Amino acid sequence: MTELQAEQGTPALDVSRVEAKPRRNRDALIALAVFVVLALLPMVFSSKLLLDFVIRCAAYGLFATSLNLLVGYTGLTSFGHGMFFGLGAYGFGLMMQKTGVPIPVAFVATLAITFGVALVIGAICVRLKEIYFAFVTLAFQMLIHSTILSWVSLTGGDQGLRGGIPRPSFWGIDLSNHLHLYVMSCALLVIGLLLMCQIAQSPFGYTLRMIRDNATRASFIGIDVWRAKLTIFVLAALFASTGGIIMALFVSGAYPEFAYWTMSGEGIFINMLGGVTTFLGPMVGTVLFLVLNDTVTRLTDYHGLVLGIVILFFAIGLRKGLMDFVIEWYAQRRNGRGERD
Amino acid sequence: MLQIRSLSKSFGGVKATDNVTLDFVDGSLTAVIGPNGAGKSTFFNLITGALRPDAGQILLNGVDLAGRTPPEIVRHGIGRAFQVASIFPSLTVQETMLAAVCTDQRKAGVLYRRFPLAETRDRAEHAMELLGLAGKRNRVAATLSHGDQKLLDIALALVLDPKVLLLDEPTAGMGTEERWRMIDKVRELWEKQKITVVFIEHDMDIVFKIAPDIVVLCYGRILTTGAPDAIRRNEAVIEAYLGAEHHAEAGA
Repeated sequence: MTELQAEQGTPALDVSRVEAKPRRNRDALIALAVFVVLALLPMVFSSKLLLDFVIRCAAYGLFATSLNLLVGYTGLTSFGHGMFFGLGAYGFGLMMQKTGVPIPVAFVATLAITFGVALVIGAICVRLKEIYFAFVTLAFQMLIHSTILSWVSLTGGDQGLRGGIPRPSFWGIDLSNHLHLYVMSCALLVIGLLLMCQIAQSPFGYTLRMIRDNATRASFIGIDVWRAKLTIFVLAALFASTGGIIMALFVSGAYPEFAYWTMSGEGIFINMLGGVTTFLGPMVGTVLFLVLNDTVTRLTDYHGLVLGIVILFFAIGLRKGLMDFVIEWYAQRRNGRGERD
Repeated sequence: MLQIRSLSKSFGGVKATDNVTLDFVDGSLTAVIGPNGAGKSTFFNLITGALRPDAGQILLNGVDLAGRTPPEIVRHGIGRAFQVASIFPSLTVQETMLAAVCTDQRKAGVLYRRFPLAETRDRAEHAMELLGLAGKRNRVAATLSHGDQKLLDIALALVLDPKVLLLDEPTAGMGTEERWRMIDKVRELWEKQKITVVFIEHDMDIVFKIAPDIVVLCYGRILTTGAPDAIRRNEAVIEAYLGAEHHAEAGA
């Protein structure tokens, strides 16, 4: 992160030397390499648990990283981002159950529904500041959650979408095959991260940083703050929805918890764990969170208590996420070495 | 040319700007002075869209900007720097300039390209050179000195190539030496850029030394306008603005 590096007194973005296109190509190559490694993983480790873990990482990772586009890059702390995760899961599940359309069509249609809902909710919410934004997004999330619970004939109420989600083959891909589902989840994760990285590093990404730092000043240099906030709100919703679709495919259903406030809480927790000043912070936070969750729930019934203590450690002890801490430590170490030299 | 016509704004029963009519000729340098609470900052806030006027017109080359939003007004060519430096603390000087040029080129919403855009570099570089910030390009704005933050604030307005530049107390919070350096810089900018500059200032030595034209506001109304010599001798100004100091001196 340029901003963080510069804060540590290290040289920041050298515009005369940095060429934008090679950086984009480099990111694409890294993404491709990561995808290849993930895709080959089942050949080395055949554990189904590991593959399940990676699929869950894909779903939660897309959700948490998209939340960071709002929290970390724009300064919009949404307490209701989980509604789009739930919307993705329910939209896709219902589409597959009720209409029987091919998976790619259901995927695109779910994103289109998410786009429409996010546009309406965002248009109302992004006008509000700080705590009001946070609580109104939470209110919308609870509205969607209540709708899911009360519209039993459509959603299955508190039992969720039951009976499984049909997963017909398309383009030679059979998502009822666990390995195919795994590779597809990895592909969606990598593509999603690559797209979000592009957003963060685009001129629009810097517009978001300006709004986060000083929205008033941003408007006095000609930025339409409302429009920029609405744009990122909708984009983030689309990525969260994709996470929900992966989760629906994984569990072959959708449950009210996906759209409950605790889902948004987990997103914020993941961002706190991993850190919000680096792009990959939320992804690291996702891995930590799922490892912690899986381990602690196996060991004790009081997993909430343990997770609470971990939050306190990061919030009060480190006062930053793990990736923020590591990068700061690395920058200090490099500065120290530079001074000695 | 910036023309203000019968501009008014009230807060409750208080008239912060009361039927103000003024002309700022292209390429002029004008100081706006007045005692505390005279309505100077409100006047700037009305021109730049931070406040909506109750009545009146703000004409820039014949286009009425009254009641428009700050982004619209900026795009029409009115730039502004603030009394308290208004910057983007986490960005470096260079990132700030590049991002501002992006905005001016209507590319702030571009998603498919990477920041920085090649076509924004020259203008950003020029603004940094002009304000003497080129050597601090990689410094994060939050770590700059107070004076440099004020310069960055002005650079942010200037990099957008405004026709009119409004500076709200460019020397606020500075020591004596720094004040003169800043005001020399303002004058240099005005001479080099050939734009209309309007600035609010409390230091009368500075005002009388550099401003060819002065506007005196008092209780939201224009008390008088004119050249420094005329303002200095104006009894109403002495009474309203320098009154306390003047009487104290006379008494001594």
